[in-house]
Amino acid sequence: MTASAPAPVSGPEKTSFREELRAAMREALLADDRVFLMGEDVGKYGGAFGVSLGLVEEFGPERIRDTPLSESGFVGAGIGAAVAGLRPIVEIMTVNFSLLALDQILNNAATLLHMSGGQVSVPVVIRMTTGAGRQLAAQHSHSLEGWYAGIPGIRVLSPGTLQDARHMLAPALADPDPVVIFEHGSLYNATGPAEPRPESFDIVSAAVRRSGHDVSLISHGGSLPKVLAAAEALAAEGVSAEVLDLRSLRPLDGAAIAASVARTHRAVVVDEGWRTGGLAAEISARIAELAFYDLDAQVERVCGAEVPVPYPKHLEDAAIPQVPDIVAAARRAVG
Amino acid sequence: MNRARKQPPEPRADHAPAAGSAAPHRAAAREAPAEPAVSEETKHLLELVDQMLLIRAFEERCVELYSSGTIRGFIHLYIGEEAVAVGVNAALSPDDAVVSTYREHGHALARGVPVDAVMAEMFGKATGCSHGRGGSMHLFDVQRRFYGGNAIVGGGLPIAAGLALADRMTGRSRVTCCFFGDGAVAEGEFHETANLAALWDLPLLLVCENNLYAMGTPLEHEHAQTDLAMRAASYGMPAWAVDGMDAVAVERAARRAVDGILAGNGPHFLEMRTYRFRAHSMYDPDRYRDKAEIERWRERDPIPLLAGRLPAGAADLQEMRERAAAAVDRAVAAAEAAPVEPVEDLYRFVSHEGS
Ligand SMILES: Cc1ncc(C[n+]2csc(CCOP(=O)(O)OP(=O)(O)O)c2C)c(N)n1
Ligand SMILES: [Mg+2]
Repeated sequence: MTASAPAPVSGPEKTSFREELRAAMREALLADDRVFLMGEDVGKYGGAFGVSLGLVEEFGPERIRDTPLSESGFVGAGIGAAVAGLRPIVEIMTVNFSLLALDQILNNAATLLHMSGGQVSVPVVIRMTTGAGRQLAAQHSHSLEGWYAGIPGIRVLSPGTLQDARHMLAPALADPDPVVIFEHGSLYNATGPAEPRPESFDIVSAAVRRSGHDVSLISHGGSLPKVLAAAEALAAEGVSAEVLDLRSLRPLDGAAIAASVARTHRAVVVDEGWRTGGLAAEISARIAELAFYDLDAQVERVCGAEVPVPYPKHLEDAAIPQVPDIVAAARRAVG
Repeated sequence: MNRARKQPPEPRADHAPAAGSAAPHRAAAREAPAEPAVSEETKHLLELVDQMLLIRAFEERCVELYSSGTIRGFIHLYIGEEAVAVGVNAALSPDDAVVSTYREHGHALARGVPVDAVMAEMFGKATGCSHGRGGSMHLFDVQRRFYGGNAIVGGGLPIAAGLALADRMTGRSRVTCCFFGDGAVAEGEFHETANLAALWDLPLLLVCENNLYAMGTPLEHEHAQTDLAMRAASYGMPAWAVDGMDAVAVERAARRAVDGILAGNGPHFLEMRTYRFRAHSMYDPDRYRDKAEIERWRERDPIPLLAGRLPAGAADLQEMRERAAAAVDRAVAAAEAAPVEPVEDLYRFVSHEGS
């Protein structure tokens, strides 16, 4: 199959995270007819979160392919189609249901290249919603990015800005290896001005979203708006916080983490996942390995409480990182 | 084992199976025992109407409470499908176990989980049937052998097989009933469970609520073979389709299946042909269904359908409706007044250590 030139996709002045994800898929579908989208209700329904709304009307049901409730089956089929040379985007409604497909992701997608001695490539992109915050209770509120980030053989991305929502997909599709993209459910309605693709754009580097010199707030995805709000609150108290957006959770940009800590000498790691053995634990270890002598204070972690996320608002709020928790941790670090 | 299973009232001639209610693929059921008095039958039907009215009133109130922001999260309404819950429950004894889905308000209420405890759960209050931790999708009442609201499609099926396995291994004569949707039949967990249950002759009643849609996907886009009972039968279990809008037909089918299970004939599968009158959840704009289709199904609303069979003058439907609404009013008032779990107790129930 041949790749045709992408038609210009003109965005509105003001856009949303959801619209940017959709525009990215539309552009990919226009650019390369090996690309197709499949998942539960991605067609007429427009996806559980409305991300693919309108795509089936434009690209038809072959390329915007509704699947039955068979996560292991259709994720595995996406892997197989990728092995055969297509470029599938597989949407899993949420990370909670991805556990039914974890065997395919871990034992096949992440493993085939190595197991086959380099013969079998799996250029699949798997998108899924993650996170809590909408009172959906334990089985709909997991944040398992850290688990996925522990799997060699896959790339794990966590867009937290409109720009990343818009521009991460193309390089993910160009990657010859499997890429898992986490979309935090609280971000879909985030709005802002549409921004053009920056000159230098990649899916490996962390990005400084706010500069500061007293403490580094290291985070990603759905926690990013909270961390930025915390930095604002800290500024009002005279604490200058730097906000580092990891963007890629695997591989981690260790150099950027170390550089930030070298500037501020203090680190607070914020992740909605469980604390024990989680992403924040890994980042803390990296800091200990890469920036130990730059540290003036112990590393602070603000993580999801180690409970299945409860339904009532007051308990859910208490179970996931909140702005005051981040501010308090930064204050402790600054001492 | 002391079985307090209620005897079925003999169906009257006009309760003959509706068209589309097929014969079992593998005949295995014993015939129902005969003939209690007609007044008993009327009483029984009144009870079923009462239960359906309570479920309906409960959910209609939930819609209001959701709109006002009192109830949050996902709510999946059962409106239109009530005959399945009350009909199946009528065939179960208090010893039997029930495993359900996220669309389980009706199953819980039919099972006898107190309406106050269910409403308090919707409010996330400490007096809720799951201490407020679960909300709409996770109603539990183990005392009534109601093993929950499961929000992973298909997730309850293997657990139900395990409950049934335990009964079989300990020689207890009782049934585990698992509810799930047509969409769940596409999941591996359904097929693994069906095979295990048939292989091990488990006392498991599989009740598929075929409402023709899995969220926005119609049955024929979900399944290559849409005769779900036939597929279940291929695992070697009796399986048949039932008019799920007709509570009497549902009860009769469930009794027949339960009798077969208790006679040692292993798992049974019932495909309940039903329909949800509302959207999949409160988030769903319901763009994928034809309004005329919804109207056609509404004409077979299970409540008037059953009420219409009562002897003339046997019931004052308006009065029954008001009684159901009053019970829901009391439940709302109690839930409003109830305490929430203190934040300090966040870690309670994670393991027995913390409980
Ligand atoms: C494993 C899994 N995949 C996807 C979902 C999202 N989801 C919730 S309900 C539903 C449709 C289920 O349809 P069906 O089994 O027919 O039950 P119904 O809702 O119609 O009662 C979907 C896709 C989920 N909860 N779990
Ligand atoms: Mg259904």
